[in-house]
Amino acid sequence: MTTPLITADLVAVDLVATDRDDATRQLIDLLAAAGRVTDADGFHADVRAREAQMATGMPGGIGLPHARSAHVTVPSLAVGKVPGGVDFGAPDGPATLVFLIAAPDSGDSAHLQILAALARRLVHESFRTSLKDAPDAATVAEIVTREVVPA
Amino acid sequence: MKLVAVTSCPTGIAHTYMAAEALEQAGRAAGHEVAVETQGAAGSMPLDPRVIADADGVIYAADLEVKDKDRFAGKPFVDVGVKKAVHDAPGVIAAAVAAVESGVPAPAATGHAAGTGPTGPTTKVDSNAGVGTRVRQWLMTGVSYMIPFVAAGGILIALSFMLAQLAWGDEGVVRVTEVPLDDLMTSFNVVSLQDWAVLLFQTGGVAFGFLVPVLSGFIAYAIADRPGLVPGFVGGSVSVLVGAGFLGGLVTGFLAGFVALWIARWKVPKGVRGVMPVVVIPLLSSFVVGLVMFVIIGRPIASLMDGLSSWLNGLSGSNLVLLGVLLGAMMGFDLGGPINKVAYTFAVTGLATEGLTADATQYKVMAAVMAAGMVAPLAMALATVVRKKLFTHAEQENGKAAWLLGASFISEGAIPFAAADPWRVIVSSVAGSAVTGGIVMAFGSTLRAPHGGIWVLPLIGNPLGFILAIVIGVVVMTAIVVALKSAKPNPLVEAEQAADEQAALVGQTA
Repeated sequence: MTTPLITADLVAVDLVATDRDDATRQLIDLLAAAGRVTDADGFHADVRAREAQMATGMPGGIGLPHARSAHVTVPSLAVGKVPGGVDFGAPDGPATLVFLIAAPDSGDSAHLQILAALARRLVHESFRTSLKDAPDAATVAEIVTREVVPA
Repeated sequence: MKLVAVTSCPTGIAHTYMAAEALEQAGRAAGHEVAVETQGAAGSMPLDPRVIADADGVIYAADLEVKDKDRFAGKPFVDVGVKKAVHDAPGVIAAAVAAVESGVPAPAATGHAAGTGPTGPTTKVDSNAGVGTRVRQWLMTGVSYMIPFVAAGGILIALSFMLAQLAWGDEGVVRVTEVPLDDLMTSFNVVSLQDWAVLLFQTGGVAFGFLVPVLSGFIAYAIADRPGLVPGFVGGSVSVLVGAGFLGGLVTGFLAGFVALWIARWKVPKGVRGVMPVVVIPLLSSFVVGLVMFVIIGRPIASLMDGLSSWLNGLSGSNLVLLGVLLGAMMGFDLGGPINKVAYTFAVTGLATEGLTADATQYKVMAAVMAAGMVAPLAMALATVVRKKLFTHAEQENGKAAWLLGASFISEGAIPFAAADPWRVIVSSVAGSAVTGGIVMAFGSTLRAPHGGIWVLPLIGNPLGFILAIVIGVVVMTAIVVALKSAKPNPLVEAEQAADEQAALVGQTA
C-alpha cells in the first residue's frame, strides 16, 4: 500500500454532531480535505443511500457509515470520537466512535482486502477499546495502521 | 460441530467481513469449527468442497443471493441476514446448532451433483477472457462432455456391425437394424451372435441420442452454470426432434445459456429467490427455448428439407458426377443434421425402387452418399495424427475413436470437431466429401446396403474405386482443415500446450 488507510488528519477526537448525517459529513470533509474524496456532496449521497438501506450502528457504541463510490480515489478510513454520542440506529444506544469507510467504486480486490481486514478488526472488542482510549489523533491512526493488515 | 457460513452485504466492504469475523469468534468461543466464505467486494474465496462436505450445518448471513447455493444442498441451515450475525453472532451459532440437532434439511437440489463430486462438473471457462475466447470455451465445454457419448455410442454401433456381418453374413448390417426392440427384450439368447449384435446396436443408438442434448446442455452450463442445464438439455432434444442436428444444438446451447443467465439476474423478492434455481429458471428458460425451436426454427428447417428433397428428386437423370458432388457436399455439411439427412434419405429411398439392375443409378447414389459420409470423421482422425498440435487433448482422444466411426460410416464421429470449430471444419468437410461423392460416381461404384461403412465392403461394386475415392476425399479435407487451423491458432490449444510445458518443466526440476 502506497497510501495508508488512515493518517492523523483523518481523525476527529472531539466531534460534536447533531445527528449521524452531520457526523458523517464532518468526517467526509476530512477525507475531501486530504484529497481522498473528489466530490464531498456526491460521496455523502452515496453514504446516505447505503445508510438508508440498513442503519450501520453496531452494539458497543459504534457507527459505521460506509460506501463504495466513484468519488473515492483510495480506500480510506476516517474516525470520529463523539464523546456526546450520536445515534446510528444501534439497538443499545448512541455511538461514541464513528468509522467512515470510503471505498473506490472500481477498486481491485487487492485494494479492498485492506477494508476487509479493517471490518474484521472492528468486531474485536479490544480493538475498539484501544481506539476509544487513544489520547490523540496520531495514536488512533497509529493503532489502525498497526492492527489492520490484510490477511 | 462443524459449520460453514456465507456472508454478504449490499456494499460488500464492511458487514460481510464483520459478520464473518463475528461468526468465527462466536463459533470458537462455543467450541465449534466455523469456516466462512465472504462473498464481498474483495472477491470471494470459495470454501474447500471437502470442508463443505464435512460440515454439519450451514449459516446464511447473506443479504445478497448466495452464490452457488447448490453446494450446500441437503444440509441443515439457518438463514439470518448479515446484520443479525454482526449484532448477535453467538445467537446465530446457537440457532445453527439447534437446526443441526433437529435435523432440518434444506430442500434437496438437483440430484446430478452426486455423481460428479461436490463442486459439480468442471467447465473450461475463464471469466476474464475476451468474448471470442469465451465463446470457444463454452463450445469446448459442451464438446468435451459430448465426446465420451460419441465414442461409446459410435463404437457400440461399429461393433454391432462387425458382429452382424458374422452373424447374418453379407446383409448383416441391414438385418441388425430391422430386429424389433420387443424381440430383443423378450427373447434375448446369450448364445446368439445376432442377439448380441442387436443389443450393441440398440444400446449404441441410445447413447447417440444424447449427443446433441449433452452438447447443448453443457454449452448452456458453461454460460449460466447449473440453471443452464435444463433448458440446454431440453433445447438439444428439441433440436433432434425438429431435425436440426448438432448445428441446432449449438444454437439451443447458447440460447438456453443466455436465457437462463438473464432470468437468474432478475431481481426477485426474497421469498421467490429460493425456488429460482430449482423451479423458476428451468421452467421459464425451457419454455422459451421450446417456443423458439418448435415454432420459429422448426418450420423453416422442415420446409428447407422438403424443398431440398424435391429439388434432388428433380435432378434425377442429370450429370451423375455433379449429383455425386452435390450429395457429398450435403453429407459433409452438417453431419447428421437436416441437410445431411435429406441427401441420405434421398439415397436410401432410391434403394427401395423395385427391380433395380446391379449397376442402377440408385446403387451408385447410395455408394456416393456413404463414401462421402465417411470422409469427415476419417479426415479429422488423420488431422489429429499429422498435426497433433492443432487440437486439444480431448479432440486428440476423440480422433482415435473417429477412425473406427468413420470406417463404419458414423459421420457423428466428426461432430465434436465441427462443434468446437464450426466453420473451418464444415468448410473442409464439405469440400472433401464433395470430392469423394463425385469420384465415386465417376468410378461407378455401387452399394446395396443403406449403411455399414467398410463392414459392407462385400456389398459394394468396384470396392477399390470406392476406397480410393474416400482416401482422396480424406486427404483433401485433411489438407484444408490443417491449413485453415494453422492460419489462426486456437488460444485454448495454445493454453493447454503452455500448461503441458509448464508441467514438464516442473517434472524435470522435481
